[in-house]
Amino acid sequence: MLKQFFIKNGHIVDPSQGINSTGEIFIENGKIKSVKVSKSQSVKDSDTKKVIDAEGLYVFPGFVDMHTHLREPGFQHKETIRTGTLAAIKGGFTSVCPMPNTNPVNDNEAVTEFILRKNYSEGSCYIFPIGAVTKGQRGEELAEMWMMKKAGCVAFSDDGMPVMNSLIMRRALGYSKIFDVPIISHCEDINLSDKGVMNEGKLSTLLGLKGVPCASEDIMVARDIMLSELTGGRLHIAHVSTKGSVRLIRDAKERGIRVTAETCPHYFSITEAAVKDYNTNAKVNPPLRRDEDIEAIKEALKDGTIDVIATDHAPHHTDEKMLEFDRAPSGISGLETALGLSLRLVEEGILTIEGLIGKISLNPSKILGLEKGTLKAGADADITIVDMKKEHKVEAERFESMGKNTPFEGWVLKGRTVMTICKGNIFEIS
Amino acid sequence: MGADFVVIRHASAGVPYCLSKILKASVINAGDGANEHPTQALLDMFTIKSSKGGIEGLTVAIIGDIAHSRVARSNIYGLIKLGAKVRLIGPPTLIPSGIKEFGVEVFNSIEDGIHDADVIITLRLQLERQGKGFLPSVNEYFHLYTLTSRRLKLAKDDVIVMHPGPLNRGVEITSKVADSSHSVILEQVTNGIAVRMAVLYLLTGARENA
Ligand SMILES: [Zn+2]
Repeated sequence: MLKQFFIKNGHIVDPSQGINSTGEIFIENGKIKSVKVSKSQSVKDSDTKKVIDAEGLYVFPGFVDMHTHLREPGFQHKETIRTGTLAAIKGGFTSVCPMPNTNPVNDNEAVTEFILRKNYSEGSCYIFPIGAVTKGQRGEELAEMWMMKKAGCVAFSDDGMPVMNSLIMRRALGYSKIFDVPIISHCEDINLSDKGVMNEGKLSTLLGLKGVPCASEDIMVARDIMLSELTGGRLHIAHVSTKGSVRLIRDAKERGIRVTAETCPHYFSITEAAVKDYNTNAKVNPPLRRDEDIEAIKEALKDGTIDVIATDHAPHHTDEKMLEFDRAPSGISGLETALGLSLRLVEEGILTIEGLIGKISLNPSKILGLEKGTLKAGADADITIVDMKKEHKVEAERFESMGKNTPFEGWVLKGRTVMTICKGNIFEIS
Repeated sequence: MGADFVVIRHASAGVPYCLSKILKASVINAGDGANEHPTQALLDMFTIKSSKGGIEGLTVAIIGDIAHSRVARSNIYGLIKLGAKVRLIGPPTLIPSGIKEFGVEVFNSIEDGIHDADVIITLRLQLERQGKGFLPSVNEYFHLYTLTSRRLKLAKDDVIVMHPGPLNRGVEITSKVADSSHSVILEQVTNGIAVRMAVLYLLTGARENA
C-alpha cells in the first residue's frame, strides 16, 4: 500500500462536487486528501510521492453495485466472495451489495458477519450486504432486520423470492422505518408468472416456451408503491424491466412517495430476441422484454425516474446453464460488462457522463446511506480510472467472475476500466 | 455411437434444435414441449391433401388447447405456408399470447369458428388442465367446445374431422363424430407410418447425395 500518491492529468468526473474537468487528486493513507481541478497550480511533488499519470483517461469515484449475487456462502461452485469482488474490481466497482439468497440465507447477523469477515480476509472491494426481509426468504415472518443492520446490512430484500403476502410487505416497510433503510423489492407476482421462462408474446409462442407477462412485474410495482404510501417506508424497486413499471414509478415520484428504482444494463441493451436460439445465457428474471420497454427505460434513466444502474450480477456454473431452456437457472454475469454497456447510453446522448456516474456511484450510495460514490476530501480513496476510447471484445472466458454466463459474448464495447483503487490497493487492469 | 438418426421427444421446448447444433446425426423432432411436432403436422397435411386433393384455399379449424399443443403449432406453420386459412377455437385461457400475429383467426365460440370449415382438427384435452385454472370443469368444456354432430352440421357438408390421438371420447369429440363418415382419424394413423418412413428415407438420401 502506498502511503501517499497523486493521480494527475486525468479528467475527473464527480457529481457529488459538480466536478467535470481535468485535475489532480492527492491520496494519503487510503483516503482522499484533496482534489484540485485547476490545471495551472500543479502541486510540486517531491520525489517521494508516486504519481499516477491519467493523461487521456477519466477518473471517477469507484462504482457502487447495489444488486449483486456473490453466491457465498453455499454456492461456491458459482462464485465466491474472492472471485466476485475481483470481478467487481475489474468492472470498476469498489463496493458491491450482495443479495441474501445464499445458503444459508443472510437472514440473521451471524451470516452477515460471516460475509463481512470473509470479505475482510479474501475480498478485493467493499461489501455492504443486503439482508433478507423474511426468515429464510419464505415470506412469512420478518427477519431480525435491526440486528442485521447493526451487523452491517444496508438494506433488506427477498430478491428472487418476492414477498407475495401484502400484509408481510406492509409490515416490512413499516418496520424498516425504525432505522430508515430501504426495502428492495423484486417485483414479481409469482402466481401470474406461473413458472414462465421468458417474456410472454409472439416470440414465446413461437418458441413454445412459457411466457411471463409484463403485468406480472407491474402489478407488484403498483402494490409496493401503495404499501410505501400507506406505511411511509422507503421502497426501492429492483431491476425494472417494463414500460408499465416506469409509468407507475414516475407517477409515484410525482406524488412524493418515497420510492427509488434501478434497472440493469441488459434491460436497456437487448430484447427478448436474444433468447431466440434457446440461449440460456439470455435467460434472466425478470425476462428480457421488447423494444418499447427499452425505450421507456432509457427515457426513465434520462428523466431520473430510474435512479440507479445495478448489475444484478448473477453468476452460474456453465454446466447449470447448459440445460433445457425451461430448466436452466436465470441470471447474467454482469459486473464486467456493466460499464461498457452503460457507456453506450452516453454515446447515444441519453445520459451525460455525470449522469451516468451518478447512477452507478453516487445515487446508490445515497439510497443506501453509504459514504461512497464521492471524491470529496476525507472519503475513502475508491477510484476508478477508465480509458473511454478503449475498445474491447467481451470474452466470458477472460472474466474474473466464475460465472461465464453472458448474452454479450463477442460484443465490442467501448470504454474500459484500466485501474481501480480500493481499500488502499491499486489494481492495474490489463 | 455413430448413429445416423436421433429421433427425440422431449418435455422441454428447443431440445431437438439445440441437439441438432452439436450432433452430426440427423435429428428428427418427435415433439418438444409446447413447441413443435413436425411429423404429426406432415401426416395431417398429407391426410388433408389425400381427402381434399389440395390444401390451398381450404378453411381449417383447430379446436381445443392451442396453448399447450405442439401439434397445433406445427400445423399452423405448415397449413399457412400451403395456403390454407387457419382458425383457432378455444377458451381464451388456452389460446397462446400473440398467436394472431402468425396469421390465424381466433374464435372463442365453436359455432362461429367451424362455420363453413373444410377441415376440423380436434386436439386432445389434457384432463389435468382443469383444476389448474384453465377450465372450471370438463363438463363445462363439453358444453362449450366438444365437437358434436349438431355442431358439425355448421361446417361444410364434406368436412373432414381429424384428431392426433389418443382421443378422450366425449370430451373434445363425441364418439358419434369420431366414428362418422366425416372422420379421417384412422387414415391419419395409417398415414403416420408412411410419412415417418418418408422422413427417414429422405434424410438417408440427402446424406448419400451430400
Ligand atoms: Zn431479482
